[in-house]
Amino acid sequence: MNKNIILYSAILIFGIAAPFIFPAFKVQLSILCILIILSITWNVQGGEMGYNTFGNILFYGLGMYLCASVQVGMFFPLAEWTEGGGEKTFVHTPAQFFQGFGVGLAFAAVVPAIIAGLIGYSILGLRGHYFAICTLGLGVAAGEISGGIEIIGAGQGFTTPPFPNVDRLEARGEFFYFCSFIVLVFTFLAVKAIYSTRFKLVLNAIRDNEDKAEAMGIQTMKYKIIGWMISAFFCGLAGGIMGGLVGYIDSTDVAFDGREMGVFMVLMAILGGKGTLWGPVIGATLFHIFKEGFWTFFLGWQYVALGVLIVVIVIYFPEGIMGWLREKYPERFGEVVDEADRKAQVTLK
Amino acid sequence: MLTLQAVLDGLLLGILFALIAYGMALQWGVMNIINIAQGDLVILGGYIAYFMYLYGIHPAWGVIVSPIIMYFVGVVIYKLVINKVVDRDLFISILATFGISILFMQLMNFAFGADVVLANSGYGTTMLFDNSVTLPNSKIFSAFISIVFAIGLVIYMKKSKLGRAIRATAQNARAAKILGVDTEKVYAATFGINAALCGVAGALISITFTIHPYMGLPYTIRSFMIVIVAGLGNLPGVAMSGMGLGVFEEFADYILGTEFRIGSVFLLLVLILVYRRFKLSRKREYLK
Repeated sequence: MNKNIILYSAILIFGIAAPFIFPAFKVQLSILCILIILSITWNVQGGEMGYNTFGNILFYGLGMYLCASVQVGMFFPLAEWTEGGGEKTFVHTPAQFFQGFGVGLAFAAVVPAIIAGLIGYSILGLRGHYFAICTLGLGVAAGEISGGIEIIGAGQGFTTPPFPNVDRLEARGEFFYFCSFIVLVFTFLAVKAIYSTRFKLVLNAIRDNEDKAEAMGIQTMKYKIIGWMISAFFCGLAGGIMGGLVGYIDSTDVAFDGREMGVFMVLMAILGGKGTLWGPVIGATLFHIFKEGFWTFFLGWQYVALGVLIVVIVIYFPEGIMGWLREKYPERFGEVVDEADRKAQVTLK
Repeated sequence: MLTLQAVLDGLLLGILFALIAYGMALQWGVMNIINIAQGDLVILGGYIAYFMYLYGIHPAWGVIVSPIIMYFVGVVIYKLVINKVVDRDLFISILATFGISILFMQLMNFAFGADVVLANSGYGTTMLFDNSVTLPNSKIFSAFISIVFAIGLVIYMKKSKLGRAIRATAQNARAAKILGVDTEKVYAATFGINAALCGVAGALISITFTIHPYMGLPYTIRSFMIVIVAGLGNLPGVAMSGMGLGVFEEFADYILGTEFRIGSVFLLLVLILVYRRFKLSRKREYLK
């Protein structure tokens, strides 16, 4: 317990100090925070509940559009803004900007969660690969459809309000970094709290055998919907911040980017280890370092590298880093290993 | 008359979809794998025909050349990736083929450029019903070829030794192994045949429509949709639902506009899955 407190406070201090230690990497660090949030939320859904989804990108993109739309729509006419060059005609004062962003984030979190609750009953009745393909369809459909809606910019994209002109040059990066870092801490603590309750056991029961869980009297549908809503809540928050950070929303390339973010979140959680608290965090960090470190070497070949990476991770590390550690040092994970039993194990082929 | 035009266009398009879906049903039934890269194999097949067209060979020959090349591409993919995921969880295979799909998409983007291309067959058009309906001959040609290949494959699966081995493996892989079927070879051949079918369909698509490196995923989703509507191993069903999907798409195109065409396909997939889920949940069952 004592060790944990030291670890957590070290991470917290590092997180707060990071933008001042590495001022050149503020945007990268913010994206890292967003990636960790996404992979933690995917893990609630895919790792703990066993409902592997490609569709959390739906909530991410929804949050992004909602946050920006609310931020603009609170003070200026939205249609004229997206018509073209709205960011030049209308200027947010700093107070308006922060107020709008705050309200926008609230919408970005709550609305996706409500939508997840509404469609949850229909979609979560599907199981296994049908669920995976159905959510993949949802994500792509959302991207295609939002690319045809005029008021949020349609095909030409949506420029989010530019950061207001305050005196300090560094303010933009620091603001978005601390936004994402605070949300990350909030997400991590919330998920950690959830994982220590009965709720997590129910989710694991659903993953291991849903029929049996139902036979034991657990209302699985209720828990599945709540699980998905939690996922959607934090995904929407992450999307809202990301929208402000990138500064430009395109329907298929930024918001509903199933080919990048949608796969990244699955990949990061699998790389780190599905169904663990720390797995997604480790996976996302490693993935981001790898991505940023090597992307420049593969200039233009990123997606080829990404494809190969997916195949390699999926084939050779399906259990992830935490799974590998668990295999190697089961004692550290609180598992009691009987030495005689281990020796007696025969690998079945 | 627009209605008739849409229906005929849709039917001819749907036959092509059915051919791709047939390949998917085959490998899904035999190997229990959902191949997200299906659509990218189609597009790759299309580029083979397109390159023949560029080098002055009539693209219709692509219908013969493309499946031969694609068969080997399929076998190589099987040997490198698929045989490692074949007996794993279905989600693993979905993710692995998703990786292959991204890889192919980008490799094609580098190799062939990001332009929308088509191979001009120069077949001209047929006018029907007092010139009110225009049908390009290439569409009729492609529908005809698809039917020929589909029927040919059905006969091959019924009569040949390999076809029998494939059907036996689909029924019970373990029993087939005991009876001396080399299931590893059968799986490789199945994946190869699936890729070859994709090659045929791709060559036909490059003649009739257009191809683009990033257009693969909608074909995967369409074939998945057709297979779940028809059910595994129901060939007339695959043909019917393929044509139904084609007609639906043409109507969505006319009514909602072209920008919502792909979106409506994906939404239809969601709706069909949800409909089937509610229908089955009355009997307290779920989609397996």
